[in-house]
Formats: sequence, C-alpha cells, structure tokens
Amino acid sequence: MKIRTRAIAGAALLSLVPLIGQAQTLRIGLAEDPDMLDPTMARTFVGRIVFSALCDKLIDVDEKLNIVPQLATSYTWAPDGKALTMKLRSDVTFHDGEKFDAAAVKFNIERHKTLQGSNRSGELRPVTSVDVIDPTTVRLNLNAPFSPLLAALADRAGMMVSPKAAQNNANFAAAPVCSGPFKFVERVAQDRIVFEKYANYWNKDAIHFNRVVYTPIPDATVRLANLRSGQLDFIERVATSDVAKLATEPRFKISKITEVGYQGITINLGKSDKAQANPLGKDNRVREAFELSLDRQGIVQVAMDGEAVAGNQWVPPSSSFYTKSNPVPKRDVAKAKALLQQAGIPNPSFTLMTPTTSDAQKIAQVVQAMAKEAGFDVKIQSTEFATSLNLADKGDFDAYVLAWSGRADPDGNVYSFLACKQPLNYSGYCKPEVDALLNEARSKQNVADRLKAYEQVNKFAQTDNPILYLYHRNWLWAYNAKLTGVREVPDGLPRLTGLKMN
Amino acid sequence: MFAFFLRRLVTLVPTLVFVSMLIFGLQQLLPGDPAQILAGEDQNPELIAQLREKMNLDKPIPVQYGYWMAGVLQGDLGESARTGQPVLELIMEKLPVTVQLAFMSMLVALIISLPSGIISAVKRDTLIDHGARVFALSGISMPNFWLGIMLILLFSVELGWLPASGYISPFEDLGANLAAMVMPAFVLGNGIAAVLMRHTRSSMLQVLATDYVRTARAKGLRERVVVVKHALRNALTPVITLGALELGTLLSGAVLTEQVFTIPGFGKLIIDAVFNRDYAVVQGVVLITATTYIMLNLLADMAYFVFNPRLRH
Amino acid sequence: MSTTLTAPRAPASEAGPWMRAWRKLRRNRVGMFGLMVVLGFVLMAMLAPWIATHDPIAASWSAIRKAPTAEFWFGTDELGRDVFSRVVWGTRASLLAGVVSVAIALIIGVAIGMAAGFFGGWVDMLISRITDAFLACPFLIMAIALAAFLGPSLTNAMIAIGVSAAPIFVRLTRAQVINIKVEDYIEAARAVGCSPLRIATFHILPNITAPVIVQSTLTIASAIIAEASLSFLGLGQQPPDPSWGSMLNTAKNFMDNAPWMAIWPGLAIFILVLAFNLLGDGLRDALDPRQR
Repeated sequence: MKIRTRAIAGAALLSLVPLIGQAQTLRIGLAEDPDMLDPTMARTFVGRIVFSALCDKLIDVDEKLNIVPQLATSYTWAPDGKALTMKLRSDVTFHDGEKFDAAAVKFNIERHKTLQGSNRSGELRPVTSVDVIDPTTVRLNLNAPFSPLLAALADRAGMMVSPKAAQNNANFAAAPVCSGPFKFVERVAQDRIVFEKYANYWNKDAIHFNRVVYTPIPDATVRLANLRSGQLDFIERVATSDVAKLATEPRFKISKITEVGYQGITINLGKSDKAQANPLGKDNRVREAFELSLDRQGIVQVAMDGEAVAGNQWVPPSSSFYTKSNPVPKRDVAKAKALLQQAGIPNPSFTLMTPTTSDAQKIAQVVQAMAKEAGFDVKIQSTEFATSLNLADKGDFDAYVLAWSGRADPDGNVYSFLACKQPLNYSGYCKPEVDALLNEARSKQNVADRLKAYEQVNKFAQTDNPILYLYHRNWLWAYNAKLTGVREVPDGLPRLTGLKMN
Repeated sequence: MFAFFLRRLVTLVPTLVFVSMLIFGLQQLLPGDPAQILAGEDQNPELIAQLREKMNLDKPIPVQYGYWMAGVLQGDLGESARTGQPVLELIMEKLPVTVQLAFMSMLVALIISLPSGIISAVKRDTLIDHGARVFALSGISMPNFWLGIMLILLFSVELGWLPASGYISPFEDLGANLAAMVMPAFVLGNGIAAVLMRHTRSSMLQVLATDYVRTARAKGLRERVVVVKHALRNALTPVITLGALELGTLLSGAVLTEQVFTIPGFGKLIIDAVFNRDYAVVQGVVLITATTYIMLNLLADMAYFVFNPRLRH
Repeated sequence: MSTTLTAPRAPASEAGPWMRAWRKLRRNRVGMFGLMVVLGFVLMAMLAPWIATHDPIAASWSAIRKAPTAEFWFGTDELGRDVFSRVVWGTRASLLAGVVSVAIALIIGVAIGMAAGFFGGWVDMLISRITDAFLACPFLIMAIALAAFLGPSLTNAMIAIGVSAAPIFVRLTRAQVINIKVEDYIEAARAVGCSPLRIATFHILPNITAPVIVQSTLTIASAIIAEASLSFLGLGQQPPDPSWGSMLNTAKNFMDNAPWMAIWPGLAIFILVLAFNLLGDGLRDALDPRQR
C-alpha cells in the first residue's frame, strides 16, 4: 500500500515537471511575419518587436521616452555637438562568446553605414567616423550637431551584432548573433521564430523565461482566439472592437499605450501638377474648411472604438514637444462653409486615396460622411497598399490616408515629411523657412530650444495644412493576467526584461 | 502506350514555358514599384536604388525574364527579397505542410463524396438522392474562408476542442499536428467533395445500367454484393483520375484557407508574396505547383489509358 | 378501289429538343428549386429600392454594431448601416459579379475554343498549350494579379474573374467542337461551300450550347464566391457600396461581437450559389441525351 502511494505521489510529481518546463516558454502572437532578422537591413515595425528580445542596443527609451542606458552606461555630447562619447559596459558578451567592446561598436556603426542593402544609412548620415578611445569608450564624430542621433541609437541603428559572426556569415539574417537576453534558435518563415535564454546575458536575473516563441498570425480574430484558447500568452495589436469584451474577462489583462506616431491624411499641394487641379491642393482655405468639417473625436469613436487620442500635430498632445498654443480644433461646419464661400468653391470635389486596410477604409467612410455636411464631395478610391505608395511617390493623388508608426524623437515624425524633397514628403510641401527651422531643431539639444523651433514650424503647418493629423492610436496588447512586469513604452514594442509569469 | 506517354511528355515542355511566361507576366502586371514596397516604411532612397539594381528592375522586361529563367534552369529560383531566404529552401520548408493538407483534404472529400455518390446513384431520384446531392453541393456553395472562421469560433473559442491556428510538424507531435489540420482539411475537402460526388454518382449510374451488373442481379446476388463487388470497382476509376486533378485545384482554395488558419503552406506564401511584391517567391512557387499539376494531369491521362483499354489504338 | 393518301400527321406529343429538356427539368424537383431561388434573388435585386428598409449607405454613428431589432432586421454594421438593406442591395453586385464574369469568360472562351477545335493543326496546338498553362496556375492568383492591375473595383473584379475563368470554356468548347466536327451535317455544309464562320455560327454553336449552359451556371456559382474572395483581399466592390463579399470582408473583424454582420451575407452567398449549383445539376440531367 505504502509503496503504491509513494509511486503515485512520485508519478504526480514527475507529471508536474513538464508543466514547470512549459511555464518557462513565453508565446507571443505577432500581427505580421518580420522581414530580415538583421538590424542593419531590417525594414519593418514588427521586426523591432522581435529584436527587443534578440539584440541589445546602446541605449533604450523608457515609458516617458527618456533615454536610459543599455549597452552604454553613459554618454556625453561634445560642447559643439559634433561628437558623442559613450562609455560602455564591460561585462557584455555576444551570443557566440565574443566580447562586446568599443571596437565592436565601431564595426557595427560602419556596417550600418556601408553594408549593401542597409536601411540604417539615412539614420546615421551625420556620423562621419567612429573612434575607439579605449575598450569601454567610443566616440562618434558628426559633421554637424544632430540631436535625433540618440533616438536612432535607441533603435535598430544602435543594435550591436557580433563582428565575428557578421564577417563570417554572408547571410547573417539566417542565423543572427547579437547580445540580447535571448539567442536565436530557429526561424520558419510565416510560422514561428524561436529564441532561447542566453546564459551569459549581463542582466540575466531580470529574465524569467527559458524560451520565447513568436508566432505571426495576421488575422486579429484568430490571434485573439489563440490567446483565449491558451495557445498564446501575449498578443499585440488587438482589434479595437474586441477590447470591450476582453476587459470584462479576468483571465486577461490589456495594455493601452498611446503611440508616438499618428494617423492622418496627406494632401497633395505640390508633389505634382495634380496639386493644381485639386481644389484641396490649390487653396489653403479649402484645406482649413476640410479640417473644420471633421469631428476628430467622432472619428476616433467610430473608426477606433475610442482607442485613440485625437490630435492635430505630429506628436501627441501629451508630448513635451507639442505646441500647446495650437490645441486640437473643434468641429465647426458653419465656419467651414463660410471659408468655402470665401474661396469661391462651395462644393469642392476630390479623391481620397485609401489603402485597403480595415482602419483606413473606416476612416475614409467617416470622413466622407462628415465632410459632406460642409459641402465636400469626397470620392473614396480604394487602393492596394503597395500601389498607393507608388502613386503617392509619383504625386498621382489628391489626398491620401496614411499613418506613420512614429519615432521616439519628434524629428523622426516631421523632418522626412515636411522638409523639401524628403523621401516621405508626399505632399510636396517645400518652404525654405520651414527647412531652416527643422534643421535648427535637429541641431539643438536643449528641449526648450528645440520646442521653440518646432512651435514655429507648427505655425506654418497650421496655416498650410500639408498633412491633416487626425489621431494617435493606442497600442493594444492583451495577455495572460498572470504575466507581471509588462513595460508600456510608447514605441509599442513589448520588452521581455522583468517580464514574469506567476 | 510508350509512344503515347512520350508524345504527352513532349507537350509538357511548351506548356511549362508558357506557364513561366504567364506567371512572370502576371507579376509585371502588378502595379507599383517592388523596390519601394520592399524598402519598408522609411523609404530610404539609397536602399531603394540598391534594391532596384539587385532585382534588375531597370532592365527591359524580356531581359529580366531571361535572368530569371537562366537561374531556374540551373536550379536557382532566386531568393525572397523580403527575408533573403532562398526560394527553393522556402518551398522545401512548406512542401510537407501543403502535401499533408492536400492529402487530408482529399481524404475528407472522398469520405464525403463516395458514400453520398454511391447512395445517390443506388437510390436514384428518391428523397435520399436529393438530400445527398444538396449535402454534397453545400460544400462548394460556401466561401471557404467564411466556413473557416465559423469553425474556428465554434471549435476553438467556444468549445476549446481544436487549436485556432498554427502548425506543428507531425514528427514533433502527431496529435497536435492532426488537431491543427482537421478544420482546414475539412474546409478544403468540402469544396472538392461536390465535384467528386457528382462524378461518382454519374459513373455509378452508368455502370449500374450495364449488362454484367444486370447479369449479376439476375443471378440473384444480393444488391449490396452487386454494388460493392461489381459496380464499385469500375465506377471508381474515372473518379480516381479526377481526384488526381483536383489535387491541383486544392491550391487555389488553399490560398484563403491557409490565410484564415495560419497554416504555413504554399497558399499563404504566395498571397503574402503577391502583396509584398516578392516576385521571386511568387514565380518560383507557382512554377513548381504548376509543374506538379501538369504532371498529375499526365499521370491521370495515363491511368485512364491503362484502365480503359478501349482508348488504346 | 381508291386509296386515299394522307400525309402522315405529326404525333401530338412530338416536341422539339428544347421543349423536351424543359419538361425534364420541370420534373427534377431539386433543379426547379434552384431555378425558383435564383429567380427569387433576381427579383430581389430588381426590387431592391422597394424591399430595403433603409438607405444602404446611410451611416449612423449612434447605431454602431447593434444586434437585430425591429428597426434593423439583420442588425447594423461597423458604421451603423442596416445590414438587411445592404444584403438586399448587395444582391445586385453579387448577381452582376456572377453573370457578367461568366459572360466575359463565355465570350472569350467559346470563341477561342471554337477556333482551336475547328482549325486544328498548329492553331489548336498553340491554343491548347496556352490554355493548359492558364489552367495550371492557381485561379485566385491570376484573378488577384489582374484585379490589382486594373484597380480595386467591382467592374475590374468581374473582368479579372471572367478572364481567369475563360480557359475552362476554351477547353470545354474545343472538346465539343472536335466531337461535332466529324458529323455528317458539318461535312455537308463544307461541301456546299459554307464559310467557316457560317458553319461555326449556324451549325456548331447551336449544338454545343447544352454543355456550355450547364458549365455556365456552375461557373456563376464559383464567380460569386470568387468576388467574395477578392473582396476578402480588398480587391472587389469598394465602400460604401455593398456587396456580400465586401460585407464578409469587413465582418470577419467583428465575428466575436457582431456575428450578424457575417451570418446574413454569408448565408445569402450560400443560398444563391447553392441554387445555381442545383440548377446547373438539373440542367445537366435535363439536357443529357443519354438519360431518358
């Protein structure tokens, strides 16, 4: 009898072992399949989520978007702003055992700038050379002061890969070697990405999982179904319509983080000849009327089920770079009609190029209905995304529903869009005064000085309205309520340091 | 017989050439600039220029086709412009998944269509016949992505019996693998069942009217024996050959079904590649699947030839 | 003794082949059911302005995703529009998608198929190989590429589906023409000196209509589903105009909290497509000369 009980107890204990093992794998559902797992070549937002587990960066951002140390312990700008000296950690090794030091930083920065197919060359353009002062001190030399550099180094441009692995492996993305808390195990395209804990991580005590598996599931309904059925522990980009019901379920928690990016409508006012034929593009009174005909909060309510913050600038109202003297305007249909009368076009008609994503389609239909009340005849032209990008680049559009995922530094949200001839300047906006102000903002380091410059830019943007900023979406995460330590950083990337399943 | 086979094999070559031109041409039809969409949201002009150069986008279209075909003939299908993975490797990765899904779907289709086709033929023009036909046709009348989502809501979310999505290799965990494949296989098999059932029914009807079946009946054999032993064998032949062809049709249905169930097979691979303008992937995968379909066609023709000596002359 | 010769009178029950086929179809209950349902939908499409209870594109911010009530028989969608009215109006788009696509496929397919079958030789070889190539490519991929090329719209989706479905008719027509080509009356027509076009139009075409009609009803069914599939991918009917496929496309995001958005259009597609399939089956049985 006693032997039997002991045997049963033993068997019961043994059966718990796989459970304990299972609790140490974190399963995360992604909204897309990432592209290349090489920080230098990577081009997608979803890739950044995966990198946060795989690759450490020189610096990181926290919940308030302040710069915090990661691989670098501290940094100092030279007095003229043309050099950034960083002190590095001395206890870091790459996943292949190689030591992380200043030479590795130099290698990586140069790789980012020169590798064929690199997507980081634009972010690091002002960096002319890198000096190794000593194994734990490195200096980046710039050709002009450039404060957005910090934000760039807190993202993929600051990610460090093992120089030895990068040199020996031509297809680095197939087996990346970085220095983050997890190391690469395997990747099956469109199926899963598997990492396991790196035993010699410098902050290993803060890592409470043995493995992490990322599964791309593009359909939000199916992604949520996986969370509900217990196959996933954490999902990103929950559909806004699912939030209300999810909030009532005690099994799950939801994180809502207002993004650093925005959703807006870009107006062609100079990208091509079409701008002159477009009533919206010709006259800024018409643009102002269009803005006044919209109820931003209404759009947020209908298109996003309230899961967004209405905005009118390239940074959210809570940002320290928001121009407080220009708050989000209220809807004023009467004034809109008056402006149109003034402009001599009481019933302007234009085409709104709308990508075939669900969000954009909803926004377009709401905007169409709202603007109609002021006299606008908005025609919706649904366009597949890749095609819309091409048309926008050629200037072959009147207005374009386009979102931007956002960057930690405000420069990343405005320079490429409003400065002359920049790659993302689809509106064709070009004013030398604005360019001068934008350049000034990026060369200053003091927040107050930069804000002054941006406030001036805002004055121009308010009058000319090249982009109608509508709102800032909430990043919506849903996860097993037993998960603690979730850090809600506005860049929308779930971080695994400190994450624990109880 | 051998001559027939050889003649048919020879026609394979021009067909495959046309297939390659067709799929290449279809990609060129897609509007937009692949370098732009592949460059991601930053739209770095240097990167775009590098991508255009790498993908030979500025060369005339016949030249681009030439580059691609030259690679294909050497066994190099290029690499995914999005992830850098060689296309052939991608195909090898997805092949087991697609093959398993295709065979399981076919199994489901046969389980649905054969009994209903036989019953329908034996009990012709009765209520059972009508009922069986409507049942089998239901499969083909429903958009399979709609059926898929309904099934997920019922079996995964409500009942929790089956996983909502994903794929686990049968070598890793056979149970989990089958659990994940059951719903997508049912959705796809449902669609083919109708066509197979219709053919089973009509070929059974034909056979049941023949002399040797009448003889068997006259001999006094039980109806069940007549049906199973004598009629079935002959009725099934055309159905089997048709089944081989439908294997090719499975790919079209699989595209959306794999999307809904997140099964990493060819269908999902092609769809995503089309929207990402990842030409090499679309072209490589379609070339392989088209070749397979044409080979199956050939095998089906040959099987028909073998089973039906009246066709030989 | 005088024998009166009277011309033999045609028996009263002797009817033409079309009449016979119609009579056979009438007896086929399932086929007739299909026909009635299809006609019902056609009627619904034509009388949509009178049957619908609301304006299908009128959005109402206060009535978003409401469950079915006395006011909104099928509930409302994500922009507060009446699902019932959208389903009724959407009949037009879906029926059009089915019929126009097949008409396009028919015209292209039969013309090319006839040329292949009639002329034979290298013309036949060329057309056959090209048709084989088309049939080997996944239908949906071709439709997507064409629809993306032409631009997302219902019209372009119809053209894309029509062109992608044409090869089926090419193959069917060619097979029929080859079978008929050797018949005596064709030889006779040739001997008399009829031009190929005349022969094609007056002698061959009427004799291949049976299988073509049957295939058409079956293809209409696939075309309606294909339009739904293209809408699922964002390439079919554009907002705010309703079509069952685009309604399903939007509804898939709300399956959990507003299932009525998906149930009704899905059901509508199912019933109409089933009806076409049953009708096609019935026609096949009715027009099949072997089955008496």
